[in-house]
Amino acid sequence: MSFHPHNSSLNEVNGAGALDVSLGPQHPSTHGVFRMNVRMEGETITKLQPVFGYLHRNHEKIAEANSWLGSMPYTDRLDYICPITNNWAYARAVEQLAGIEVPERAEYIRVIVGELTRLQNHTAFLGFILGDMGAWGSALMYAFREREKILDLFEWLTGARMMVNYMRFGGVRCDLPVGWLEKARAYVETYPAFLDEMEQLLTGNEILLARLQGVGVLSGERAINGGLSGPVLRASGVDYDIRKVDAYGVYPRLSFRIPRGTVGDCYDRFMIRLLEARESIQILQQAFAQIPAGPTLNPAVKQRGFKPPVGEAYGRIEGPKGELGFHLISQGGDKPYRYHVRPPSLINLTLLEEMCLGTKIADVMVILGSIDIVLGEVDR
Amino acid sequence: MNLPGSGILKGMAVTAVNFIGSFLDRAHAKRLITEQYPEERPTLVETSRSFPFLVFDGDPEKGIRCTACKICEKECPPQCIFIVKDKDANGKPILRPQIFDIDISVCMGCQICVEVCPFESIRMDNIYEVSAYDRFETLVLHKEQLLKSNVYYRQIHPTEAAQTDARIEAARVKKAAAAKAAAEKAAAAKAAAAAKAAETQPEPTA
Repeated sequence: MSFHPHNSSLNEVNGAGALDVSLGPQHPSTHGVFRMNVRMEGETITKLQPVFGYLHRNHEKIAEANSWLGSMPYTDRLDYICPITNNWAYARAVEQLAGIEVPERAEYIRVIVGELTRLQNHTAFLGFILGDMGAWGSALMYAFREREKILDLFEWLTGARMMVNYMRFGGVRCDLPVGWLEKARAYVETYPAFLDEMEQLLTGNEILLARLQGVGVLSGERAINGGLSGPVLRASGVDYDIRKVDAYGVYPRLSFRIPRGTVGDCYDRFMIRLLEARESIQILQQAFAQIPAGPTLNPAVKQRGFKPPVGEAYGRIEGPKGELGFHLISQGGDKPYRYHVRPPSLINLTLLEEMCLGTKIADVMVILGSIDIVLGEVDR
Repeated sequence: MNLPGSGILKGMAVTAVNFIGSFLDRAHAKRLITEQYPEERPTLVETSRSFPFLVFDGDPEKGIRCTACKICEKECPPQCIFIVKDKDANGKPILRPQIFDIDISVCMGCQICVEVCPFESIRMDNIYEVSAYDRFETLVLHKEQLLKSNVYYRQIHPTEAAQTDARIEAARVKKAAAAKAAAEKAAAAKAAAAAKAAETQPEPTA
């Protein structure tokens, strides 16, 4: 915990000593360069002010100066834990803008890599939140071991573990290599065993239950009013998943369930990731069985010198962290007139103070961890 | 009802299984073992990419495929490519780069230059360990450092190189066929013209 002498003051508030502490931006528990100005009375939080922007990289303005295709590799760097879904959201927004058809095989490939991304994001989350609770070591290492295997699949497919630059307008850049599908299928088959192991390791653990249950409770109504999305929203008991609501791609052909929480505390937010990972495995197995042969890229679309018609589009997908949307305005040129990202991490942070008020300082880390933010996406 | 502490014990059992298993699982079937990096090198997958390089066939001077069309320079998202067209002795531009620099401290390895190149001349390398002390002296790669032979390309990306070679060969065959057809057509036209000329030539009066 960093302590800024010039920033903090021992004020007399209602007879008790209030202490202002600046948490971050280099604190390892803040998932990057995130800072919170916290006012405490004793150890109880009475005020929390998030400060972000330390990782601001001008993503939206750079995109206005780049060609439409040129922004695709930059989207990898938004939420760098799951770059493929960022690609997907951007490609989907452009496809809506220009009315581009995507071949069926490409849609299935997108679902496969997208759900693998969700798996590895949720796996990494399990490790990170245990780290936030002070259990650095086993859980994080087990999680990263499994995540690494998925990243190996991505490297084989796209040439890079994380900076994949894989989707294109109207499809994907390259077809699956020979043998990739078999390897991915074999890997996904081993995944439930890993989730069982994780549950054995964690979910019954008394310390974990004590740290998570009843901490940072968020009601469904407040979550909706705050504009939250993704697992954080569903943990509060709201049945809202864009894969079902928008039914984009080939998701209507795949049967899967949307897990929901009941209490809306950190434990629900933790468990919902485990349950969603199991649903992702269901989706993957169906997609492996159904994937057809055929082209992977719409040949009518010119990627270089791409010029969509004049118009405006908002394309969104259910990313692993929530609703990831791109709002694009085209004036018919080879560059976007306006390019806006709706990052789930940033919007999900808006109710952080509400969740943290009245809790202890040690719980702030867990609550922040349970939201699952990536600063590359928050600050852009 | 579980005994208090039984959840922790269950978790410890998992940790113990993993700990002991890491010694028993010699085949690394389930567990990933840390690579002892400088001594142990990773085997890169075929598609692995890092930075771009320029392909040449045969001779690095004559066989350079790049025609300095500057499409990659224009399309490069972080704008790390710098190209100057070559000129002959009379100052007339020729289709060859005089300067071709890539600042790999800026390059993000997105391979958009590879995709937009119409001459199959820029491709992704899989080198790593390129860290250096001086950014401008060593991390701005010049034409001489970027030029690598097609043989090397075939070594690092066999499948992709075979596809590229097939495309180039097909284009060459097509071009040769077109040239041959054009030559034949020209020859036929010439013969026809000669015949016509012979025909229209006035008969010598006797």
